[in-house]
Amino acid sequence: MNNLFGYKKRDTWLNQTTGTAKLIGFLALTTMGMLSYDTRFLLFLSIMAVILMQTAHIKYHEYALMLKLVLFFAVINLVMVTVLAPQYGVSLYGTRHVLFGNGYWTITQEQLFYEFNLLLKYFFSLPLAIVLLFTTNPSEFAAGLNKIGVPYKVSYAFAITLRYIPDVQSDYRTISLAQQARGYEISTKAPLLARSKGAVQIILPLVFTSLNRIETISQAMELRRFGRESKRSWYQEQSLSKRDGAIIFGSGIVIIIGVWLLVVNHGRIYNPFK
Amino acid sequence: MATPLIDFQHVTFKYHAQAEPTLHDINFQIFPGEKVLIAGASGSGKTTLLRLLNGLIPEAYAGDVTGTLKLRGRDILSQSLFELSLQAGTVLQDSDAQFVGLTVAEDIAFALENDDQPVSKIKAKVAKWAQRFGLSERLELAPQMLSGGQKQRTAMAGVLVDDGRLLLFDEPLASLDPAAGNAAMDMINRLQAERDLTVVIIEHRIEEVLRADVDRIIVMSDGHIVADDTPTAIIQAGILPENGLDEPLFVQLLRRSGIEVAKLDHVADVQLVSVDDQKHAIEQLKVPVKRQPVLPEKLVVQNLNFGYDTHEALFEGLNTSIRQGEILSIVGKNGSGKTTLSHLLTGFLMPDSGDILLDGQSVLQQSIKERADHIGYVLQNPNHMITKATVYDEVASGLILRHVSSVEIETRVREVLSLVDLDGMRHWPIAALSFGQKKRLTIAAVLVLQPEILILDEPTAGQDATHTGELLKFLTKINQQSQTTIIIITHDMHLLANFVTRTLVIVDGQLLADTTPAELLANEALVKAASLRTTSIYQLATRLQIDHPEMLNAAIVYENATGER
Amino acid sequence: MHNQKKNQGFSVKSVVATGIGAAVFFVLMKFIAIPTGVPNTTINVAEGWLALIAGLFGPVVGLLVGLIGHTLNDAVTYGAPWWSWVIADGVFGLLLGFGKKYLALEYGELTTKKLVQFNVWQAVSNVLVWVIIAPLGDIIIYKEAAQKVFLQGAVTAVVNTISVAIIGSLLLVAYVKSRPKKSSLRSE
Repeated sequence: MNNLFGYKKRDTWLNQTTGTAKLIGFLALTTMGMLSYDTRFLLFLSIMAVILMQTAHIKYHEYALMLKLVLFFAVINLVMVTVLAPQYGVSLYGTRHVLFGNGYWTITQEQLFYEFNLLLKYFFSLPLAIVLLFTTNPSEFAAGLNKIGVPYKVSYAFAITLRYIPDVQSDYRTISLAQQARGYEISTKAPLLARSKGAVQIILPLVFTSLNRIETISQAMELRRFGRESKRSWYQEQSLSKRDGAIIFGSGIVIIIGVWLLVVNHGRIYNPFK
Repeated sequence: MATPLIDFQHVTFKYHAQAEPTLHDINFQIFPGEKVLIAGASGSGKTTLLRLLNGLIPEAYAGDVTGTLKLRGRDILSQSLFELSLQAGTVLQDSDAQFVGLTVAEDIAFALENDDQPVSKIKAKVAKWAQRFGLSERLELAPQMLSGGQKQRTAMAGVLVDDGRLLLFDEPLASLDPAAGNAAMDMINRLQAERDLTVVIIEHRIEEVLRADVDRIIVMSDGHIVADDTPTAIIQAGILPENGLDEPLFVQLLRRSGIEVAKLDHVADVQLVSVDDQKHAIEQLKVPVKRQPVLPEKLVVQNLNFGYDTHEALFEGLNTSIRQGEILSIVGKNGSGKTTLSHLLTGFLMPDSGDILLDGQSVLQQSIKERADHIGYVLQNPNHMITKATVYDEVASGLILRHVSSVEIETRVREVLSLVDLDGMRHWPIAALSFGQKKRLTIAAVLVLQPEILILDEPTAGQDATHTGELLKFLTKINQQSQTTIIIITHDMHLLANFVTRTLVIVDGQLLADTTPAELLANEALVKAASLRTTSIYQLATRLQIDHPEMLNAAIVYENATGER
Repeated sequence: MHNQKKNQGFSVKSVVATGIGAAVFFVLMKFIAIPTGVPNTTINVAEGWLALIAGLFGPVVGLLVGLIGHTLNDAVTYGAPWWSWVIADGVFGLLLGFGKKYLALEYGELTTKKLVQFNVWQAVSNVLVWVIIAPLGDIIIYKEAAQKVFLQGAVTAVVNTISVAIIGSLLLVAYVKSRPKKSSLRSE
């Protein structure tokens, strides 16, 4: 078990559904949420995502850091939009309801409404991603990707990434500490070029070790016949159960609602101002 | 006579990138059910021979082959790597590269997945082989959670799952501690008996491999086969030391006692060797275990507490002191805190509480860089340290970063380079250095900062007897010339027995013993706790009922030291 | 024999290069930040590695390393991937991978001319990717405000161009230097 993503065995229904079904659900819901600017739809998705997260018994402290990072990211982006494009909401919705301010800095209802939608978009996918990452055994991702049509070699490349991240990480730690002992530093007041050179010296051993690793791992894999057949089976592959069928069916309904809203709204935007 | 499984006739091989052939006129045969050890110093061509057997040559390494190579009577070169892999399973030396699955179960299943076998069949086979190797409880574990021994058992299961009859091992002991190495050898023995396997082992650690009752040893040197005979005949003829290989410790002892090894029956087996009437001659060799004189304290660890996560402490109130100019080793099973302790000493990690005093002064406030001026640390893998293109630049870089004047840099670098015997190669590109030379280069790059304490993590890993000998000679030199304190983290039995004067046994964060290697290696309980193994000298002494076996261990300890002093 | 051909196209080595390449990309992106002096702007060491791995293994590996590495980093940091930027990083890897034949890092000498051309190409690629692809993606996929995304894109293009110019070039030079020259392989 590899818990890069915070995966844990939990006794919930979401843990027992297959990675394939959750991957399909995640992709369907995030894609629709990404395309839609219908506030009602986004709110509906957000609430559903939070409920899903609740049923997966995920504790706040497990995702607190992610939440804070997204919050930080969202605030920066909203500030940037307000400063750089304060009239974007007006052009998007085609009406102008001034709240306060004047000239360039006129703040309109349209702008606030747009930014509220943006905020929803930054946040709605977080609980979905947390559910996917925290309840899916990483081993199932590669099999799942292959199942939804990604070529098996690409899927396995992804599995190798997950397999070796902890090794690369511990190599990097040791190497960088040993280089700091030699005297290389990256955070000093040295000029940019010198600092970058220091960083390169620190990572060079990592670069060469990793390149060598590519050689030996591919030999080890060839000696066990990777790449011989045009397809491959997966130990972690699970046949889809009724529950998986339900998840996929549910995702289908969300897609239909989303598409229906696109038609009703004559586009991606829900416009309450007209 | 049975037909040979492997048959090489007049095989010569040259890599395309090289000017000279690596293998010259190789002739040998291996028969079904045999267990054969191919031994040789680094650069002797043994790994190349293995690559010819499993098909990596010519698929991964291009070169010119002449002669005939047959596996089960079929030409090897006309078969693909994939076809060969079904007949001969290879376990590579690098266990992290060998282990490609995310978990034990997936790694055992890997070859079957690649054959696109149905999942139900794969699961049944994985369950069967996991049980056979005692891995059933660990099927869901990631490689990072496993010990070296468990990783290797996974590797064996992942190869045997093909039901092949021929197993090839490339240095199976390289990444294992002696206890795990021992268990691996027993496992190979058992499998071989149960399933009538043919086993080929490439190794240079003879003392450990002989435990597996090999039928034959093929000794290689400089691309030639110099001997191909039973272990007894090979040891009687004294071929191993001539070719850069260590003889088992008890054989070294017998030679020193003047016994004519060439005439001893069963000399390869410590339990059978006919020396019962020589007990007296052997006992004559006993020397008292030398206590090291009480030297001034150099580095003091006071009440040290540390844990990787807050709930679980690794060290609780650890106290010890390291003395000026001693050669100390830290032993203990993997993951029990050896490396953590050295990282605390070098400042890579900070203790939760407690203190570390150097010459009476706390070092905790010093940065990693400042501490490196006093306490040098050499990583196990030299490739993790090297950053420059030439030998001279590599050693000079630490001084340049400390703004030492260029005149002084020149003198200090040249001085250190002559000490490690690399001064003549100072303008060489590092890529052209052997593994042993790179190792000495990384030690030089640390030594040039003139630390009073030098910490070496597994300095002999991946080195044959000749290189280890050179390394020890030079460590002795710096220890004597500049009173450098040397701390070695190791589970190399030869290194412990021959070189170290004091040893700390650390298990699960506890300091279990502070003793001499001679006594440690004659104490079964301690040896077991530290995942080591008793020496073959100890086993011989027990068999002959010689009391105080540690005094025989000591005879070997001081052989090298007195030779130098 | 369509499959056979495809197998040869994406070799086992390419699969492993993609996997390890993305793992290293991820670790570098997550753990190394060299401050530039401008607040919140750091030299991106990972992009330099992407340039090297794409130059060694070609466009497909470059594309996949960018896609997988960036997706994982986003997933672990923010939960969900920001697809327009993931695609941009993938395309950057793809574009740099086209330089593989020309650079011929494994055998060749890295002349100043080649190094200059590499840098021109990486600068063009960075501009294309961060000033055109990423912002257009933001506008089309996420309906972000043009003024904002083009500014973000421009800043990223500048920072990444500098990153690759420094880190990427240094890595290429170090790599070529480390390759044993044919004559030096004579055994001693």
